[in-house]
Amino acid sequence: MARFILPFVIFMIVAAFLFVGLGLNPRELPSPLIDKPAPEFTLPQLYAPDKQLSLQDMKGKVWLLNVWASWCTACEQEHPLFMDLSRRNIVPIYGMDYKDKPEDGKAWLRRHGNPYTLIVSDAEGRVGIDYGVYGVPETFLIDKQGIIRYKHIGVVKKSDLDEKILPMVKELQAK
Amino acid sequence: MIPEIGHFALIVALFLALCLGVLPIIGATRDNAVLSSAARPLAYGQFVLLAIAFLCLTYAFVVDDFSVLYVAHHSNSQLPVIYKISAVWGGHEGSLLLWAFLLGGWILAVAAYSRHLPGEMVARVLGVMGLVSVGFLLFMLLTSNPFDRLLPAAIDGRDLNPLLQDPGLVIHPPMLYMGYVGFSVAFAFAIAALLGGRMDATWARWSRPWTTVAWVFMTAGIAIGSWWAYYELGWGGWWFWDPVENASFMPWLIGTALIHSLAVTEKRGAFKSWTVLLAIAAFSLSLLGTFLVRSGILTSVHSFAADPKRGIFILSFLVIVIGASLLLFAWRAPKIGLGGKFDLLSREALLLSNNVLLSVATASVFIGTLYPLFMDALGYGKLSVGPPYFEAVFVPLIVPMVLMMGLGPLARWKKFVLPELARRVRWAFASAVVIALLLPLTMGEWSAMVALGLLLAFWIITTMILSLYERLGGHGNFMQRARGQSLSYYGMQLAHLGVAVFIIGVTLVSGYEAERDVRMDVGDVLREGGYEFRFNGVTDVEGPNYVAAKGRVTVSKDGKQVAELFPEKRQYYTSGMPMTEAAINTGLLGDLYISIPNSNGAWAIRVYIKPFVDWIWAGTLLMSLGGVLAVSDRRYRMRRRTKSNTLAAEGK
Repeated sequence: MARFILPFVIFMIVAAFLFVGLGLNPRELPSPLIDKPAPEFTLPQLYAPDKQLSLQDMKGKVWLLNVWASWCTACEQEHPLFMDLSRRNIVPIYGMDYKDKPEDGKAWLRRHGNPYTLIVSDAEGRVGIDYGVYGVPETFLIDKQGIIRYKHIGVVKKSDLDEKILPMVKELQAK
Repeated sequence: MIPEIGHFALIVALFLALCLGVLPIIGATRDNAVLSSAARPLAYGQFVLLAIAFLCLTYAFVVDDFSVLYVAHHSNSQLPVIYKISAVWGGHEGSLLLWAFLLGGWILAVAAYSRHLPGEMVARVLGVMGLVSVGFLLFMLLTSNPFDRLLPAAIDGRDLNPLLQDPGLVIHPPMLYMGYVGFSVAFAFAIAALLGGRMDATWARWSRPWTTVAWVFMTAGIAIGSWWAYYELGWGGWWFWDPVENASFMPWLIGTALIHSLAVTEKRGAFKSWTVLLAIAAFSLSLLGTFLVRSGILTSVHSFAADPKRGIFILSFLVIVIGASLLLFAWRAPKIGLGGKFDLLSREALLLSNNVLLSVATASVFIGTLYPLFMDALGYGKLSVGPPYFEAVFVPLIVPMVLMMGLGPLARWKKFVLPELARRVRWAFASAVVIALLLPLTMGEWSAMVALGLLLAFWIITTMILSLYERLGGHGNFMQRARGQSLSYYGMQLAHLGVAVFIIGVTLVSGYEAERDVRMDVGDVLREGGYEFRFNGVTDVEGPNYVAAKGRVTVSKDGKQVAELFPEKRQYYTSGMPMTEAAINTGLLGDLYISIPNSNGAWAIRVYIKPFVDWIWAGTLLMSLGGVLAVSDRRYRMRRRTKSNTLAAEGK
């Protein structure tokens, strides 16, 4: 009667995950998109839905693409860091409001501040699929030729920004 | 001195719990009546000691004993007394003490109200509950002692988190914990039945009222928490799919499946092993909820300090309790047999399908809640899964569930004839469809989602009316017939009506709510949803431990004033934390909700119009009342009764 042991097996697998989860340090995994051209997109702007932004408009700039949503609790953690970064004027941050109602996204920005140069709205999450987004937040660093140089999954911490992202930004801007 | 007495009481309670967890179970296995009969005195003793410990901690809070670390962290001399008392469970250590104390209370209740049960069964049930108690007391004493001293003592305390200084939070945790802990009774009965190898329907009958009571507490506890979030967090939302909310929602879903499954096992002897598994699962999910909340393993608005040592302890405890129970299940369940036979078209089959849907719903919440953790464990980084996922998986599950919910009480046990049932419900269905199609028109805008929600709600209501009509209608004495129905029948109908009311609330508020965020100067007027909101400025007021800016907003409709609302923005002295106190004008047809969100500079005012939002909590209240009616049924008040053929005769 193997089926009666099944609950036990499932539980032990979950417990193993919980155990690993307890002592966890988030690590980065190479994404298949790294060093590949960023997928094309054309999306309406959050604050001007009749205007659009596409990847072509970004050629010649080094920029960060931050995928966020108003329903994302984790996004609130990294948000102050982006607010600070935007004040320092080092690199433009473009936001992508992912699977979100534009009103909710705007209300969230009113509450938490807006660090973004410009925000596009990916309400259906179509572009997110092209970018391999499976949860938010995710942050991409894209160079002047439109090639993804770095992808950060999950909350960006100060150390990620200082040790990884900003040095790469400097290097890419110098090219 | 008093805190030491509390600490000592906990240690003695642990010792008694150990005895309770070991001696009666050995006694039951070896047929040793002396050991078995030790269970009751040990249960009483344990409760007394836990009560002493709990009172000692409460005392330390009330007299501001800041030489106790936990008190210094969670209280302040200026805190109002009621919040000093509720601050006892305002942090990690005290919550655990509350858990242990309530568990002691449930053990006491089982010991006191089980005189009609076989001694061997009582010994096993109390023994299993004693083992659970051992785990929690050990956890508390080894990693989270609430009585730890702080020397030298602090001059004043750090104050209770202002979010928790609210009447809702005085009762929300105890209610919810009563539910969590209460599922340990059904769990203990199931384990006792597995241990004893007596898998007839009797264990289901015995554990049924206990499970229903735990479910009532849990329903009320979750509802109060949701209501609190609605008026206290200032976002106007009532459910956020936050991991900690999900941690309470999962045992509730399985608990709901369990009370239905127990009914079938008791009445028809069917799906016995499934019911046992649900009983184990409901309590396991309660424990898992504790683990998720207390280990800080997931990010959540309910953030608690993460402590890996605590996490490891609870996880080991989980593995021992749940792992051992599931192994015992795997070993004993094949001998249980499947029980009574039933047709593919029968009330049993409908209930079983609903059980499966509830379990799938639980699994989907479980996956959504733990997905970030799984991804993290596999090295994909931290992320969050939000409402889009939960809403996408939940709605498709609710629809068939509610359709069967309407049919269940009308269908026959063992076998029903589909065309006959369809003929009986045709008018109920037709009227639900008509109402669902027409009603949204009166609300302004017709939308398919609203119509679907209303269809579900009115399907429950019309089938309920049909069921009442079939049972109470016809010739003869109406009152006699009405009295002839069992209280548990009325309880079920009331709880189902609660689901309908809840669905109406959710549907209408999500379909027609309006939100406006504006900057306002004194005298400015905002028009929204037919109302005029005039901002009359702000005055400074002083509370017991905070200062507040109190806004005054008059609301009028068609030139007549309908409400005057006073949203506040508070600044607490000790923590310096700003808090938004929303002002809400509650009405049967909806709420007007005003808050002053965090902002700098001019006054930002947020106005929400929330049609029918209170129906959400009214629905949960009806569900709880239904549960209360069901356990008030007279068969539970009788000490002894013969085999339940009268129950079958009731036709339930």
